[in-house]
Amino acid sequence: MSYCKQEGKDRIIFVTKEDHEAPSNAELIADDPNDPYEDQGLILPSGEINWNCPCLGGMASGPCGTQFKEAFSCFHYSNEEVKGSECIDNFRAMQECMQKYPELYPQEDENEGVAAGGADATAPDSSPAPVASSDSTLSSPTPESAPSSDNTPPTDSQAAS
Amino acid sequence: MWTCKNLWKKLAPLARSSSTLCRQNARGVLLNNERRLPLVPQAHMSSGTPGSRGDNNLYYLLVGATCVGGGFYAYRTIKGDKERYQERINEIASRPNKVVPEQPITEAPGEQAAETPQEIAPVTEDAPVETPEVTPIVEEVSPEVAAVEQEDPPTTPEAEIAPESVVEPAPEESVGTPDADPVVKSEPTPVAGSLPAETAEPQTTTETESAAEPATVAPAEVPAPTPVEFPSHAPYLLIGGGTASFAAARSIRARDPGARVLIITDEPDLPYMRPPLSKELWFSDDPSVVDTLRFKQWNGKERSIYFQPPSFYVSPQDLEKVENGGVAVLTGKKVVHMDVRGNKVTLSDGTEISYDKCLIATGGIPRNLQVIERAGEEVTKRTTLFRKVEDFKALDKVSRDTKSITIIGGGFLGSELACALGRRSADSDLEVIQMFPEKGNMGKVLPEYLSNWTTAKVKSEGVAVITEALVKAVSFKDGKVEIKLKDGRVVKTDHIVAAVGLEPSVELAKSAGLEVDSDFGGFRVNAELQARSNIWVAGDAACFYDIRLGRRRVEHHDHAVVSGRLAGENMTGANKPYWHQSMFWSDLGPDVGYEAIGIVDSSLPTVGVFAKATAKDTPKAATEKSGTGIRSESETEGTASSPVASSTPEPPPVLEQKDNYGKGVIFYLRDKVVVGIILWNVFNRMPVARKIIKDGEEHADLNEVAKLFNIHDD
Repeated sequence: MSYCKQEGKDRIIFVTKEDHEAPSNAELIADDPNDPYEDQGLILPSGEINWNCPCLGGMASGPCGTQFKEAFSCFHYSNEEVKGSECIDNFRAMQECMQKYPELYPQEDENEGVAAGGADATAPDSSPAPVASSDSTLSSPTPESAPSSDNTPPTDSQAAS
Repeated sequence: MWTCKNLWKKLAPLARSSSTLCRQNARGVLLNNERRLPLVPQAHMSSGTPGSRGDNNLYYLLVGATCVGGGFYAYRTIKGDKERYQERINEIASRPNKVVPEQPITEAPGEQAAETPQEIAPVTEDAPVETPEVTPIVEEVSPEVAAVEQEDPPTTPEAEIAPESVVEPAPEESVGTPDADPVVKSEPTPVAGSLPAETAEPQTTTETESAAEPATVAPAEVPAPTPVEFPSHAPYLLIGGGTASFAAARSIRARDPGARVLIITDEPDLPYMRPPLSKELWFSDDPSVVDTLRFKQWNGKERSIYFQPPSFYVSPQDLEKVENGGVAVLTGKKVVHMDVRGNKVTLSDGTEISYDKCLIATGGIPRNLQVIERAGEEVTKRTTLFRKVEDFKALDKVSRDTKSITIIGGGFLGSELACALGRRSADSDLEVIQMFPEKGNMGKVLPEYLSNWTTAKVKSEGVAVITEALVKAVSFKDGKVEIKLKDGRVVKTDHIVAAVGLEPSVELAKSAGLEVDSDFGGFRVNAELQARSNIWVAGDAACFYDIRLGRRRVEHHDHAVVSGRLAGENMTGANKPYWHQSMFWSDLGPDVGYEAIGIVDSSLPTVGVFAKATAKDTPKAATEKSGTGIRSESETEGTASSPVASSTPEPPPVLEQKDNYGKGVIFYLRDKVVVGIILWNVFNRMPVARKIIKDGEEHADLNEVAKLFNIHDD
């Protein structure tokens, strides 16, 4: 059973699992999806790409940022049957650029580069909401924000390598 | 003869009274008005004495000379100002041609020989610099003019040296220090064209300069401008090379394609993250960690504390030319002066860099205790103020070489270091002591019951904790540092680590005309982190307005990232206020870890909702499941589980006897609204906490709110 005690101005409540089984009746205000102040996910409500999304790590801001943006934009706005099929040149340019900076963009398998880039790009594309929450999960201690998750492109789904 | 004498007698008192008047004016005219009349007769009387005539002469000479000199000087100044103004306009007009290094044309040659032209750029600076020098200068006016004219031709080639930036050195100059502004103003092209215009100029400045710097001629001729590699203009200039600065750089680059960002830092290192310096790096098994600075993350992957390897950055000299822009870092340079009207900054070596938008992310320097500062060199060289990479390296060495380390301070840094060193002491015979004035660790953050509980945990890490300890005196005796406490206790140790707070670095406030907050310290900025047009401040140094929680200044890593990112967005036109609440976290050993958000001040009333912790609820266990930021120490897991098991008391019935704060949620209230939340050994619930703070609602039953966190689940 739960019990409560007061130590000066501090109140302490001990609860058991059963005490917390009933759903909470605390009310939270509904979020406005179009709130301009809120941190947006990868895709903004207008449909544009949020290049400042922490989920991208340093991809859009590094030395190959321009190539990355071109390739990803092309893919994002592509309406072809095979999405992004006309963007091969952009992805190739991006890959060439990334090869110049092996320290920043560790290359595990070059052949997978373009294909993986396309496949991975769909992941963020189709899930703005989870990405938004991934921002908050990124908000756990060490990987908190973009800077720290940067160096792990292989595990970062947006990494084109 | 007689008439002369009479004339003289009449003139003398006049001269005397006029000089007396001058003296009285200096003291306060109003008060002395009434006394003027009585004083004059006194003066008159004293003029009858034999030695007075000589005095009269002297007075007359001085007053007369001053008037003449003053008039002369005023004429010169007005003339000079006009010319200076003209030159300044010319200089600004010529600035768009960045190829031609701007020559603060003004002083150019004449100056070289004479002294370093101070009042060059900001005309406003003239007044303060010149006023103190009026009197001494007067005497030297004539000889100087001659000297200057002679020197003009030979010094023409040395035009380079005139740095216009020198506003800062201006005050120094009045003290007589030869400005080393013959500084590497790497501008080798003397602006010969403007020379003719300046011939009159040099004269004025030489006057003022002459008194202060007779000796600068020689050094002034040695400028030998080394080809400096600094860009003279940076569209985005970030002062400070820490977390906030890097986050802003990334944000700017993401939003402004091809942006050219220049970071200036006085540290020798590229931007890095600070938290591992007091946590993960100490737990690494790699003996070369001090050099590699790599640590293991929550997901087991290793990474460096540096945000990006050196190849990410562009070199400063290429910044202006590189095709798609980039981020360049100037290390080992300190910005000492900021000219907000002219949109430029001056470095410690005199270089000037102009900007379009500027971010100040200067962070702060660790505070020290006065008793230590006054204790003498033997003590201060055995004291570490922990903040930078070099401090980590030094402390690591100390921990291996000494037998006893005392940490003064019971906050985040002090407690984390105590736990880290305590862990190390298990393998060596290092004695670790921690002392602070509060009653328990994190006494200013955690409510008392939790602070006591935490202190017990820290003690179990092998730290000798001395609470309610006020340091009264520190001295060095018999090869040991002796710390005397107010209550009489004496602690003898080999080395001290002072973790008593951070002093925000606001030296630029004066020259930049920025407001400094008196309550929280730091630069005062609005909700969009803007201090003045084109100047933003982020990180530890920013005292900003939080729309939800009010004005505050936060010294945490996540805040640096969030505010840096926001500042970067606003520098590229976003105009968003501080909205995404930053969080912070701390680990005190393998058993105690918490994440927190908002205002977490132990003086606020709190409501804590706790569940019994099981062996699964430790930072260690949490790391396997999800993305929480605490390192996983697989080797120590075996040992970690036993202390956890023993700390959890027997089944529930015993709860009444021994309170176990294994895991739970603590709400901090201000006027019945939740303004801060601590998640105690409960991980991955930060979004819920963030939402509750954002709502800012009054909740009648916080137990209901606590249910939202599902603290019993894993």
